[in-house]
Formats: sequence, structure tokens, C-alpha cells
Amino acid sequence: MTDLAVEAQGLVKKFGELRAVDGIDLQVHAGEVYGVLGPNGAGKTTTLSMLATLLRIDAGSARIFGVDVHHEPHKVRQLIGLTGQYASVDEKLTARENLVLFARIHGQRKQQARETAADLLERFGLTDAGDRLLEKFSGGMRRRLDLAASLISSPPLIFLDEPTTGLDPRTRGQMWDTIRDLVRQGSTILLTTQYLDEADQLADRIAVIDHGRKVAEGTSGELKASVGRSTLAVRLADPADMDAAARAVATVLGRPASRTPEAARLTVPLERADDAAEALIALRRSGISVQEVKVEEPTLDEVFLALTGSPASDEPDHASTGPAASGQLDEMEISR
Amino acid sequence: MTTLTAALPELRARVSPRETLRQILLMTGRALQKMRRNPEQFFDVTLQPLLFTPMFGYIFGGAVAGGVSKYLPLLIPGILVQTALTSCMATGVTLREDMEKGVFDRFKSLPMSRVAPLAGPAVADTVRYAIATTLTILVGLAMGYRPGGGVVGVVAAGLLVVVTAWSLSWVFTFLGTMMKSAQGLQGISMMVLFPLTFLSNAYVPASTLPDWLQAFVKVNPVSHVVSALRSLANHGTVNSEVGWALLACAIVVAVFVPLAVRGYRRQL
Repeated sequence: MTDLAVEAQGLVKKFGELRAVDGIDLQVHAGEVYGVLGPNGAGKTTTLSMLATLLRIDAGSARIFGVDVHHEPHKVRQLIGLTGQYASVDEKLTARENLVLFARIHGQRKQQARETAADLLERFGLTDAGDRLLEKFSGGMRRRLDLAASLISSPPLIFLDEPTTGLDPRTRGQMWDTIRDLVRQGSTILLTTQYLDEADQLADRIAVIDHGRKVAEGTSGELKASVGRSTLAVRLADPADMDAAARAVATVLGRPASRTPEAARLTVPLERADDAAEALIALRRSGISVQEVKVEEPTLDEVFLALTGSPASDEPDHASTGPAASGQLDEMEISR
Repeated sequence: MTTLTAALPELRARVSPRETLRQILLMTGRALQKMRRNPEQFFDVTLQPLLFTPMFGYIFGGAVAGGVSKYLPLLIPGILVQTALTSCMATGVTLREDMEKGVFDRFKSLPMSRVAPLAGPAVADTVRYAIATTLTILVGLAMGYRPGGGVVGVVAAGLLVVVTAWSLSWVFTFLGTMMKSAQGLQGISMMVLFPLTFLSNAYVPASTLPDWLQAFVKVNPVSHVVSALRSLANHGTVNSEVGWALLACAIVVAVFVPLAVRGYRRQL
């Protein structure tokens, strides 16, 4: 038998000409939190929908705890809980009515379903709002209810599709805490996100996907290491100093700096905090005046740049990104 | 085998018929609950009988039958069928709108019967058909309709209308699973419904029509249902038309329920 919660090989989903998911392999171990990270339109939701039996798999295969998704969808549905990107709850019912309905669909009797609903409302801090129509719920409350609904049958695997997209920072933090609680109780979680920090906060392992393909996989540390821990960004007082500044920084750090000439901005990845000091001293010695200095954490865009050689939002360009991506993947595999 | 996989719940291969029935009732309950909260869903079935019955009666009565009260025995069964058809079209449109909402993602991901989310609204909507039918008959009575079939005949006719509407709603449920938008479905449905109701004996005796049109009117299932209703309500007799109408309903259900479920699965 297998201890893999999710085992997908060569998943493909086509929408007409577009290959929304183009041969994705995933292996999620029981008990882990696995993050699928990518920009809008990368194929994250489509991948999740195929695994959750919402979309037909066009090619490849997927198993959930060893059960084939294509051949035995009904069994798979007994193993998963799905929290959708657009809350999959009924707007025209109250929170409590939603939970009771889903619990009864799961086979609970009326009284038992009521207790389940009350417990979940309590656990997710929604008791006071339990009898309000969902139309009057805030985005954060709706997501919490949606998550609560996914937990009714205590499924061993939970899918979370962009659990915090569109939430304000405070609600986002609450959602993260809720997810961490689930992890402590031993749930296996597969979540998608467009935020590196979210994957960083929650996921044990991360797959980066772009244009329907997996371009990298690893822990968040490994991913960030591929772009440097953080970035030093300086804005020059005089844009004419750009060449000299780039040369000075490259010489002292032994790495090229990237430039944004129109903003007179120079960025360089930092391996150690000391690198920042070295770079600034080098600029001062060359007599280059600096208007602004910032140390930035790597963004998803930079991870993408490093992994694919093209910005995350770029149009498909497989001819150039393909080889670069697989090269990077090899590098990461070796580094692990 | 590891302990983790051993701890997995025992998995059922399919939904039992009993579970299916239970889930259909649950989904019916959900649809009724939503209907109560959104009284707009009753506008069409309330206004249409109140508006159409007098309108058709007073406009065509004199020309077609030489008087409103003579026209009513011909007209009321026709209006009943027309109202039933338009209100079961609304069943499909409402379902289509509902399916665009996120909650259907959850229904699809739950280990539940595939027919239940479709059958629930269909069953719940029989309430709407019953309202439309009752109002049409009441308006007819107020205008001077005196059905010869008595209470039993009229109630039997009313039941036949509701059964017909429920059966035909599966056609629109099927279209709802195939069409991309509620507007598109509404457009197509109107194009199907208008010829079906007007090219029938619902408003005029078929004998007044040109031969080629009579040929179509005779095979039009709407004509058979209208004839069956006239026989039940006006004469209190069960004739072969009633049998044909019920058979047609059974065939529609037997064909379109599986098609609708297949359409729903295929959206996956």
C-alpha cells in the first residue's frame, strides 16, 4: 500500500486549444501540507478540480489514497473536503442551514446534523452569525464557513483553493491560524496560492507551476535560496551613475546586479545580510550618491524570474521557458 | 499496509437507492426553503393565469366560439398547458442560474447521488405548477366556466397538468445542463414553446386550420394533453387521450432524466 495522499502522473486538461494543465506530476504524503504556487491562470485551480473529481482528467492519472480518481470518483469524494476559490456554499441560506444540509447529505440524521453544525459554527467563531443569510456575510466569514463545510465528514484530505485571495490582512492571519489548527490535528492539506509568503507560512513542500507545468518543487527555503534570501534595492540620485554603480556592486559581490534604468533602480540578490553593507560601501567608495535603500524579501515574481527566465504574467512562450525551467528543476533536485 | 491507510473510512462504491431518495428530498427541501425566501419565483405562476386567462378569453372568445362562456371550456385546458409549459421552462432557467453558483461545486465534490441536485428543484417546483393550475381554474370559474366534469374531473385535470409540467421540466433541466448561460436557455426555450403551444388545439379547434397545419397539430403532444384535459374537466371521462398523455410523460421522463444526469456529469 501507499502512504501517498495524492499521486498524480502526467495530468492534462485541455480547454479547446489551450492546455490549461500540461502534464503535471504531484506526490503529496499523508500528513503533509503541500502548496501549489503560481500566478493567475497557471492551472492551479484546474489541477485541484481534476483531483477533486470536478473536472474530467483528459490524460494522465491521479490517485487519492490509492483510489483512482477517474474510475472511482464516488469513493474519492468520501476521502476529500473541498474549499473552493469562490465559496462553495449557498448564498440564499443561513450559515447553519448550509452546514445542516451538507451534514445531512453526508448521511447524518437531523439531530446529529444540527449538533455538527453547532459545533462547527462554534469552532469557527460563527455562532453569532449562524442564523444570518450568507448574502450578509463578509468575505472572511464566508471562507471560514466554506472551510467548516469541508470538515463535516472529517475527510483525511482537504483541498484549499486560494484560501485567502481577496481577504484583508487580519482575516488572512485568522485563516492561516485555522489552517494550522487543521494541520495539528493531522489532516493532509493540498492548497493553492498565488502568494509566496502564504506557501512559506503554511506549506511543508511547494510546487511552482506556470503555464500548466510544474517548473520547480521543494521547501520554501529551497525555493527562496534559488533567488537569494532577499534583495537589496537602491535608487540612485543620478541615473547617469547606473553603469558605474552596477560595476561596483558586481565587483564586490561577485554577482551581476539587475537594473531598472527608467527608475534609476538597481537590485542585487543577497546571500548574507553582510552583502548589503558591502554593496553600499562599494557605492560610497565610487562616489555614487544613493537616494533610497531597501531590503526586499523575494517576491513570487522574482522566484518566477529565476525559475523560468520570464516574468510570471508573461504570455506562453514554451520555446524559451521550457529548457530554462527544466534546467532549474534539475538544479533544485540536485541541491536537495 | 501502513496504519494511516488502515485508518481510512470504509468506502462505499455507489449511492444506494434509499440514500438517493433521501438526498432528493433534502434537495427538495432546500429548493422550497429558497422559494419561500424569494417570492419573486411565484410572480410568473401568479400573474400569468390572472393576466392571460381573461385576456385570451375576452379577445378570442367572440371570434372563436361566439361568446366568452362558450369559449372557456375550449380555452381553460389550453391555458393550463401553456402556463405549465412556461413555468417548467423557468425550472430549467433557475437551475442553470443555480449551477453557476459555487454551491454546485460542493454538491459535485460530495459523495452524493448525481440526480439529487437536479431532481430536488424539479420536485419542489410542482408547488409552482399547482399554484398556476389552481389560479387558472379559479379565474375561469369567475369568468363563467362551468366544467361538466365536476370537482373530480377538474381535480383530475389539475393533477394531469402538474404531472405533465413535472415531466416536461426534465427537458429544460437537460437543456440547463447543456447550455452555457441562463439567457441562452431562456431564448431557446421560448423558440420551442411558442410554436408548440400555438400550433396546437390549445386556443382554436383544429378543424379550423389548413390541412398541412392540422397534420402537425395532430402529432403535437401538446394537443393530446389539451384534449385529455378537456375530456377530464369538461366531461369527466377518461379517454384514450389521457392514456397517450401519460405515456408521453413517461417517455419524456425515461429519456430526459438520464440525459440530464449525463449532462450534469459531463460538466465535470
